[in-house]
Amino acid sequence: MRFDEQTLKNLSLTQYEYDLLVEKLGREPNYIELGLFGSLWSEHCGYQHSKPLLKKFQSDNPKLLVSAGEENAGVVDIGDGDAIVFKIESHNHPSAIEPYEGAATGVGGIVRDIFAMGARPVALLNSLRFGPIHVERNKYLFDGVVSGISNYGNCLGIPNIGGEIYFSDSYTGNPLVNAMCIGVLKIEELVKSSSGPAGNLLLLVGSGTGKDGIHGASGLASNTFDEEQELRPTVQVGNPFLEKILIESCLEVVASGRVDGLQDLGAAGLTSASVECAANGNMGFEIDVSLIPRRESGMEAYEVMLSETQERMLFSISPENLDYVCSIFEKWDINHDVIGKVTSREYATILENGKLIADVPINILTDAPLYTLEGVESRDIIKARETSLENIPLPQESQMRVFFKLLSSANIASREYVYTQYDHQVQTNTVIPPGGDASLIRIKGTQKALAASTDGNSRFSYLDPYIGAKIAVAEACRNISCTGAEPIAITNCLNFGNPQKPEVYYQLDKSVSGISDMSLEFNAPVISGNVSLYNETQDSAIFPTPVIGAVGLLQNVENHCGSAFENQNDLVFLLGTNTIDLNLEYFAGSEFLELIHNKIEGSPEINIALEIILQKTCRELIASNLLNSCHDCSEGGLAIAIAESAILGNKGFVANFELNERWDSALFGEKQSRVVISFHPSNLDEILSICNRFSLPFFELGKVSSNRFKMSEFIDLNIEEISNVWKTTLLNELN
Amino acid sequence: MKFGVVVFPGTWSDVDCFHVIKDCLDQDVEYIWHKDTDLSKFDCIILPGGFSYGDYLRCGAIAKFSPVMESIKEFSEKGKAIIGICNGFQILCESGILPGVLIRNRDLKFRCEMTNLLVQNTDTVFTNRCDLDQVIQVPISHGEGNYFVDNDTLNELEKNNQILFSYSSSIGEVSEINNPNGSVMNIAGIVNQKGNVLGMMPHPERVCDPILGGTDGLKIFGSILDHFSDSVSF
Repeated sequence: MRFDEQTLKNLSLTQYEYDLLVEKLGREPNYIELGLFGSLWSEHCGYQHSKPLLKKFQSDNPKLLVSAGEENAGVVDIGDGDAIVFKIESHNHPSAIEPYEGAATGVGGIVRDIFAMGARPVALLNSLRFGPIHVERNKYLFDGVVSGISNYGNCLGIPNIGGEIYFSDSYTGNPLVNAMCIGVLKIEELVKSSSGPAGNLLLLVGSGTGKDGIHGASGLASNTFDEEQELRPTVQVGNPFLEKILIESCLEVVASGRVDGLQDLGAAGLTSASVECAANGNMGFEIDVSLIPRRESGMEAYEVMLSETQERMLFSISPENLDYVCSIFEKWDINHDVIGKVTSREYATILENGKLIADVPINILTDAPLYTLEGVESRDIIKARETSLENIPLPQESQMRVFFKLLSSANIASREYVYTQYDHQVQTNTVIPPGGDASLIRIKGTQKALAASTDGNSRFSYLDPYIGAKIAVAEACRNISCTGAEPIAITNCLNFGNPQKPEVYYQLDKSVSGISDMSLEFNAPVISGNVSLYNETQDSAIFPTPVIGAVGLLQNVENHCGSAFENQNDLVFLLGTNTIDLNLEYFAGSEFLELIHNKIEGSPEINIALEIILQKTCRELIASNLLNSCHDCSEGGLAIAIAESAILGNKGFVANFELNERWDSALFGEKQSRVVISFHPSNLDEILSICNRFSLPFFELGKVSSNRFKMSEFIDLNIEEISNVWKTTLLNELN
Repeated sequence: MKFGVVVFPGTWSDVDCFHVIKDCLDQDVEYIWHKDTDLSKFDCIILPGGFSYGDYLRCGAIAKFSPVMESIKEFSEKGKAIIGICNGFQILCESGILPGVLIRNRDLKFRCEMTNLLVQNTDTVFTNRCDLDQVIQVPISHGEGNYFVDNDTLNELEKNNQILFSYSSSIGEVSEINNPNGSVMNIAGIVNQKGNVLGMMPHPERVCDPILGGTDGLKIFGSILDHFSDSVSF
């Protein structure tokens, strides 16, 4: 054999995989060819362990113009010649090593995925997970990640309209940074990631290629790692200014209609971009690395092909359009070089100064070996799930004290400190800003608006990965329905540990099934996604964390609803149930149970039929203009949902319900499929008749007041007092 | 009248300003590429927000060398109306068209939030639709909006009534607690001595439509329209 064990290990190739590629190739590869295989056969590019599972996602749906998997993202028709694309993607491993650049380039990467399809990026969202915030290292990671997203995203002029942040022990050493981007396009301007016909020229646009990020896909994203190792050179460095120029110049070129194919350079850089384009077009290519502009000297061909330098795009242009396309890039003063051409011979052919240095059939490169493993559920988790919560004692502390503990929990407190660091208004479309359930952006020139939300609760997924994934989809969609919009499609980011461990593979398998089944229930197809595995440090895996990004369509932007109470004397009702008395089993996986009793136990549940009726009813009520607020109950249960609506509206609340002995489960239990609404008393009859029509149960909670916040005999305060606690927690933790 | 919106590489509120002028105010407007130098057809020029040239080195420091800036200088010397918003304000300061500089926010963080602005001079092209001591709501979105100027110049600004907007409370109290970025005297927007060039950090183009949560931006753009319909030139 030509290569030693260490060389294969550096490329994350196993001996089995090496033997396989030699067999397919019919000869031993040279070093450059080996590098191509190392990257393209990695988990990150080749989805070795996840691909067989991802086939469960329904890929065809009449509202999809392009189905998931064919391109960077599926394309959803929203009528009037408009379409949307969106995708969520992880940048977990780089962010663990260098939080600022890791998060920044995560934003850059997902934005390129979107405009590579010819879509104008109109919104960013994210989903972040860290270890406990009181730990110095986690504060450093948190601050670095938020600054990275802020600096990169703000520079692009794309509003960052929402997201979620959780803190939990399981993310110590493995923070999660998932970034999502939504784009809008005219259907006829959709660009495919395809090579176009043979004879087309390959035009590389953007940054000069450097040594940054080599082996990012094969080494960093496809392995577990220990913090001690010096891995910074595998993290890329972002240039948001260049990305902004790329967006504008590429969209101008796309609008000219002279593009046959466009692909961003992401994981595995030019290697994966050129091979994907060629594979999609059933062509091959010939690239001469000496034509690729460098930003440093002394780079080998191997490094040039595998560099993950950011802010680069690969175009396939027919020769007669070259001058016109180049004139646009010249106007924007951005580098653009013809580096090769499309060939009918289906090979990846790489030359250096005209001399052949690699020549591999495309179909072997894209045919990564897939592994289907047997999943086994961890006994400890089965035990935690099957633990009955009937014996959870009433807290020793007072109602008031417990309420304040929940309100000031790092997982519940206001995220204002974070989202005010993101420009959430640029492009002047933000109708519902971040801070509530889902955010809403209008589409100028139409009556329509898009609602978007990211969601995932890893405690539920830990206890029951199948139900946890279903709840994640339900809750992301519920957030959308609370604005009045109808969920139309979802994207997902699957953050897991090492899939080669049967316990982790089990979680991955069940999570994919949960998402798949629930997306069918909502008729909201999975249009894109990303898998981030090996989120482990020193043998400790993160909680299974499937994150769902949901997007909804609102036909008439005027009929939208926010989360904040609006007017004194409005009635406050709970939809989805006719009682607030909850069985103690509803503490399963709750914030209360972990915070107060230090337990993550129980069996989470969701009633899908009820969930669907609830969301339909919310949309109907909002479309009929009957509500002043609509907010879902999630972490912290009913008490926190009411408190959030009150604080956001700077209004009080006076309850007219009685609590029984188990006030803890009534206030903080996390039963799914519940929404708190407020409305003018004159709308009561009409609202109840709509609820009855949908057979949706409801419960009267009380009234909006001017500033008194009275939840019970023991929780009776001014709104300023609770507002202050909720708003300053995160800030105080960080300073 | 005709508006022009300058586009530098890295500018992003160009589209937002263009939309307000064209769709909310129904006025004639064109983009001006940063390499263009002929501004003769314009009555009012907007230098919009964004990160021109990435704001590398220092915000506005590279943009001031763009070919269009020589013409902008001449345009201002002729007494024509210019409004620099956010990055536009930073570029006007870097170019010496307006006094002072904009440094990093006091807490070193980017801030995007609604601010209250006390209107301190209504006898200008840009504020004639406002009332004196009125409070208007306009959002900020910047990391480098901390206005700084030496004491002598500050006295000049005050004496000449050049401070148009100061960050304040909702009832017009100008105090440290209402200062989002550490600007001297809570300054949010100033005009040059002649009164034809406005620089402001807040984004009036973001509050020109009720569905976005406010319309106070129309007071500023509307003032410019009123000025031009009252006097053909100045």
